[in-house]
Amino acid sequence: MKAFTRETSTVAYVPGVNCDTDQIIPGRFLKADRAEGYDKFLFHDIRRDPDGKLDPTFPLNRPGAGCSTILLVEDNFGCGSSREGAVYALADAGVRALLAPSFGDIFFNNALKNGIVPVRLPVATCEALADHLAADPSATVTVDLEADQVVLPGGLGSHPITIDAFARDCLLQGLDEIEMTFTYMDRILTFETDRMARNPWLAR
Amino acid sequence: MTHASDTAPRTLFGKIWDAHEILRHPSGQSLLYIDRDLIHEGSFHAFADLKRRGLRPRRPRQIFGIADHYVPTLGRSADDAASPAIARMIRTFDENMEWGGLRHFGIASREQGIVHVVAPEQGITLPGLTIVCSDSHTSTQGALGAIAFGIGQSENAHVLATQTLWQMRPRTMRVTVTGQLGRGVTAKDVMLALIARIGAAGAGGHAIEYAGEVVRDMSIEARLTLCNLSIEAAARLGMVAPDETTFRYVAGRHYAPTDQEWDLAMAQWRALPTDDGATFDREVEMDGAAIAPMVTWGTSPEDAVPITGRIPDPASFASPEKRKAAAKSLEYMDLAPGTALDGLPIDRVFIGSCTNSRIEDLRAAAAILKDRKAAVPAIVVPGSTQVREQAEAEGLARIFREAGFEWRQSGCSMCAAMNGDVVGPGERCASTSNRNFVGRQGPGSRTHLVSPAMAAAAAITGRLTDVRRL
Repeated sequence: MKAFTRETSTVAYVPGVNCDTDQIIPGRFLKADRAEGYDKFLFHDIRRDPDGKLDPTFPLNRPGAGCSTILLVEDNFGCGSSREGAVYALADAGVRALLAPSFGDIFFNNALKNGIVPVRLPVATCEALADHLAADPSATVTVDLEADQVVLPGGLGSHPITIDAFARDCLLQGLDEIEMTFTYMDRILTFETDRMARNPWLAR
Repeated sequence: MTHASDTAPRTLFGKIWDAHEILRHPSGQSLLYIDRDLIHEGSFHAFADLKRRGLRPRRPRQIFGIADHYVPTLGRSADDAASPAIARMIRTFDENMEWGGLRHFGIASREQGIVHVVAPEQGITLPGLTIVCSDSHTSTQGALGAIAFGIGQSENAHVLATQTLWQMRPRTMRVTVTGQLGRGVTAKDVMLALIARIGAAGAGGHAIEYAGEVVRDMSIEARLTLCNLSIEAAARLGMVAPDETTFRYVAGRHYAPTDQEWDLAMAQWRALPTDDGATFDREVEMDGAAIAPMVTWGTSPEDAVPITGRIPDPASFASPEKRKAAAKSLEYMDLAPGTALDGLPIDRVFIGSCTNSRIEDLRAAAAILKDRKAAVPAIVVPGSTQVREQAEAEGLARIFREAGFEWRQSGCSMCAAMNGDVVGPGERCASTSNRNFVGRQGPGSRTHLVSPAMAAAAAITGRLTDVRRL
């Protein structure tokens, strides 16, 4: 996994509460191999008009918005389907961090496994940040995982990044979780032997 | 394993979690043992990951593959798929299962169906287990008293490689549904009413246990519907304590224990229900008698009202975000505030999905359709090949056909709209599925979520209809 220490960027604001993973990547694109790149599927249908033309009013279609590696989104972002393709699309488009009041649980975990930091901020802070960005689109945010804080512009101060220490360590070191878990294999095998002895029907 | 909490009252969730916690990392995450991993066609990323690493599934006997998302419903071969790319998904699934040495129910198998219908049906889902699948509706399977939740492909690869998963322990929430449900009111309506009340983000970070008289009186099929929709309230998972109804359902299923092992299992399962005095982080209580048949009007499952209700005015919502969202939903749905839901014309009906495609769902729809005709195009997609066969044996298939419904082969079909079964742009569909998201059933599709009986009623009148009137 790509390590994450600190990221400073302008912020693109993609509004909409309950933005589900079907909006982030429609189901019909999930057949694609990862190698071909998922960035072209990001918000595919909601950034286009019904004729398939890019809607110039969609935040990420505005000039310069594509350079932002940090997105401000709304409550319950990434709810719905567990499709990791939603995170692949964000990652392949260069997104490194997301700011929102809350995220879908499965999406949140998927983001962490792909080197994207989902930062939970109070609703009022998100609203104030959106207002500030509207007035000053060149304002930047720093997501500093090492210092465990996100630094906001416009006098909005800094806030802690509320991800657990385990996920934070994995991100900071770019740890491969499977490799790391293999180091616990003795404990796993002991547990498993005991569980199978008491539930032998589980592995027939 | 012993815990300091062994004598303290524990929840159903807490007991199963504790029994699967291999270790707790100092930083807070638990390494959980995973009893079952269920695979579908979308899991190809996880297999690609394993192959890149030179790994194989570590515990093949605990992994089951079931083709559902991409399978055609008009035939039983990959050659029947709607496009070559979709056919490739089905073939890749078979190849990955063979490569991994995994038991799998491919498209032509008698055990095929939607993973969350098949796993309980085959006894793969049992009380007290930890079950994962790279599908958010894995929460369904908690209905048998298991910890069952959806994961992504990175986590899926981790489970295939290690049979474990790192997880933060979720908080707990108990939803108690008291009293009795009225006529024409189902598990689907209970959940839509709950989600409308607590919101689509309302149970975020929580494991829900459903309890109360209404839940105790429910069949396993109804409990599966209940737990299925937990994810639409953002819950990590949903579960119901195993009881006699559960044990009767599980007994004799293919992968369930038998003879002395059944007795061993029962001794464990009877100890699972939440102890008296155990506490939950949140409690929600609902009066079952106050719930009406529900229907959604917008593009989030929280946009649900009783069929007797009207479309709300976006201005009536508390926050500016919700006001904007409601206005956008109504624009997408081409609906005006104040419109009565009962009587709203629809273009088609879909009965199916892991939410509502089990035999009881089909019975409920067929009971309404008997000796009547659908006024709009309608399809029924049974949840599994076995459900399909049972419905044919019971004469339900004939009722559907005589009512003008298409009687299809099993799969996810028009719920996920990945296999080519789609609702057309601008079409309004009364659907027994779980998501009314923008474009979910196809680009431009407009979905109204309802119960199977309500879907049948809508098919007959060509309008959203209060089934209690028919």
